[in-house]
Amino acid sequence: MESAPLHFPYAAGCLLTVEHLPVAGVAEILASTSRLEQMDAAERAAVLAGRTIALLFYESSTRTRTSFELAAKSLGATTTLVSDKSSSIEKGESLKDTGLTLRALGAEAIVLRHPSSGAPFLLARTTGLPVLNAGDGMHQHPTQALLDLRTMLSRLPGLGVDAAIHAKTLDGVTVVITGDIRHSRVARSNAMLLSRLGARVVLCGPPELLPDEALGMGAVELERDFDVALRQANVAMMLRIQKERLAGTTLDLGEYIARYQLSLERYRTVARAGTTVMHPGPIIRGLEITGEMADAPESVIEEQVTQGLAVRRAVLARALGVHV
Amino acid sequence: MSDLLILNGRVVDPSSNVDDPRDVLLRDGRIAGVEKPGAFADLREAEVLDAKGCVVAPGFIDVHVHLREPGQGHKETIATGTRAAAAGGFTTVVAMPNTMPVNDSVDVLRWMLSPERNAVIHVLAMPAATVGSAGEEQTDFTALAEAGAVGFTDDGKPILQPNMMRAALMRAGELGLPISQHAEDPGLSHGAIMNHGAVAFRLGLRGYPGVAEYSIVERDINLVRDIVAKHPGIRPHLHVQHVSTGRALEAIRRAKSEGLHVTCEAAPHHFTLTDEAVGDYDTNAKMNPPLRAEEDRRAVIAALLDGTVDCIATDHAPHARWEKEVEFDRAPNGITGLETALGLALRMLHRENGLSLARVVSLMSTQPAQLIGLSDRGTLRVGADADVVAFDPAAEWTFRAAQSRSKSKNTPFDGAGMLGRVRVTICSGRIVHRG
Repeated sequence: MESAPLHFPYAAGCLLTVEHLPVAGVAEILASTSRLEQMDAAERAAVLAGRTIALLFYESSTRTRTSFELAAKSLGATTTLVSDKSSSIEKGESLKDTGLTLRALGAEAIVLRHPSSGAPFLLARTTGLPVLNAGDGMHQHPTQALLDLRTMLSRLPGLGVDAAIHAKTLDGVTVVITGDIRHSRVARSNAMLLSRLGARVVLCGPPELLPDEALGMGAVELERDFDVALRQANVAMMLRIQKERLAGTTLDLGEYIARYQLSLERYRTVARAGTTVMHPGPIIRGLEITGEMADAPESVIEEQVTQGLAVRRAVLARALGVHV
Repeated sequence: MSDLLILNGRVVDPSSNVDDPRDVLLRDGRIAGVEKPGAFADLREAEVLDAKGCVVAPGFIDVHVHLREPGQGHKETIATGTRAAAAGGFTTVVAMPNTMPVNDSVDVLRWMLSPERNAVIHVLAMPAATVGSAGEEQTDFTALAEAGAVGFTDDGKPILQPNMMRAALMRAGELGLPISQHAEDPGLSHGAIMNHGAVAFRLGLRGYPGVAEYSIVERDINLVRDIVAKHPGIRPHLHVQHVSTGRALEAIRRAKSEGLHVTCEAAPHHFTLTDEAVGDYDTNAKMNPPLRAEEDRRAVIAALLDGTVDCIATDHAPHARWEKEVEFDRAPNGITGLETALGLALRMLHRENGLSLARVVSLMSTQPAQLIGLSDRGTLRVGADADVVAFDPAAEWTFRAAQSRSKSKNTPFDGAGMLGRVRVTICSGRIVHRG
């Protein structure tokens, strides 16, 4: 069989997939996240002063776009936002040409959100710029996995955000990811990243949303019974049901809610004490998670958003080759 | 035309079970003699080609290529595509009808076959089985056959409606021509981007399950069986294109053992690569049917070894660089293949899997000639067309897409190792390529 050619045609500073990120790279990003967090605002604003970052969004986004933008601005960078709705993309300009245009206008890095899996690889190859993947199709959302990791570290007993990062950091931690795994870039990114740091990753959902091929990601387990999975969880990560992608499946939402919804009652009866509840958002209250559960003190959904801002500062500095 | 003598070669002619040192004389576009070395020593006027170290074989025949004309000359023209074919040792190619306009009429067919296209080798064509390849109305098989059609296909799309497929098999069967089917149930492959499986899951790409292929293959075989049972006078010929799954091959194997006229082709990429070659979204590893899992790749090789597969066909599908340099899910399907077919077949089938040189030659010339009823090609018998390839079977080389004669360079084999290099390609007695 032919083996793939060994080459890495991507600029240093790219963050395309957590698969490219060695454990030491994760450690560096989290360390500079903490250092940036400790700086005062003026010191932070000098880190990327005079630098230019383009945000290229082909999909709607609240959290990711705003936090990348605020992160870049807090470091002193100039940002420009290009979205598919208000640009020449609507006239049919290709991703390559859009990237080349942004580069010609002085962008030194591009943050890309795109509905096509793999689009950030194309942009990175054709522009030669550092590209930060802000979510591509069903593939990856690397900064989400990093912010989820930092949120977990802040909550897990004996760890904390400055815990040493290595292949055993999360030994003994069971993370249960439940919901629409099939369509979820968040699930893929988290499963790959957390398992490499020693976590036991259990994926949970019905076959329509969690096909057996998910085992091909490597060190993950499948559990169809949510109660069985939840009972073992130190972290319960709930995912949105992507209703827009359910066409053609036979999923019954009522049945899904009965079997997989995380309600406060289920949490109290099944989960072990101290289990942290996470959700990458957007939440559909009353579907994968109840409102009461989302608002309960065990839920860290807002902290995830805050950690997103912190982690994205670090990956932006890294993209532009600034060591903090 | 003067004589052309090919001396000192090892003649491999599966049509006559010859695999021996022989000299070959070509005269007036025909094979004029194949004799023991030295037999033509007194022919002093002839132009001489020294084929020392080379296999001399009937020119290769590819029953499945996309030459893109009319309508998409920015990807390939009949002139450039046939030059690429000649470089790969081919002397006959069969053009698919998914041109613009679709080759569904005698006018378009004549245009494609016209000498004005400047083809350097023989171009044949399989016109569309339905008007516009839309699946609704059968084309005029009789008129198209009279104008030179060697079969019918809606390639790129399957002939989906069972009634339409049944009628096509019957009408083509009456004319003694195959229906060449792209076996894919779009209801099962809808939105699919690459092979269904762990790699697709990891890459977040929608999977194309094997059942989309084999369900149509099994259905078509049932139609052939049904026609044979009800119409003893008709011998329908189903040809299954680029088979990529073990299950479809198993169905074809059983159909052959029943005595049904079912043939199939395998593409070099399907016996060389797996879905892992998609790597980080390499659109040059995207085609339809997609690269499959390792067990399917092995099943294709097993079917080549045991005779289930009748021929190697490239599905040469050129696309411009800008068309492929897009998001993976938006990229068009297809890769070029004419210049890498022999190098991959010898490397993967002959060296790695022990298939004899004669069997490789047969899969690339004698059998495809028989498949489309070309009695004067795929053979070095005296009187046959002087279509000959001489290749060095031991030459190891590296394919470079930039050096391809094709107008397009969309290949996953840029930089790949090849075994066997074409030294001379002769079509109708004329040298059309020297390598």
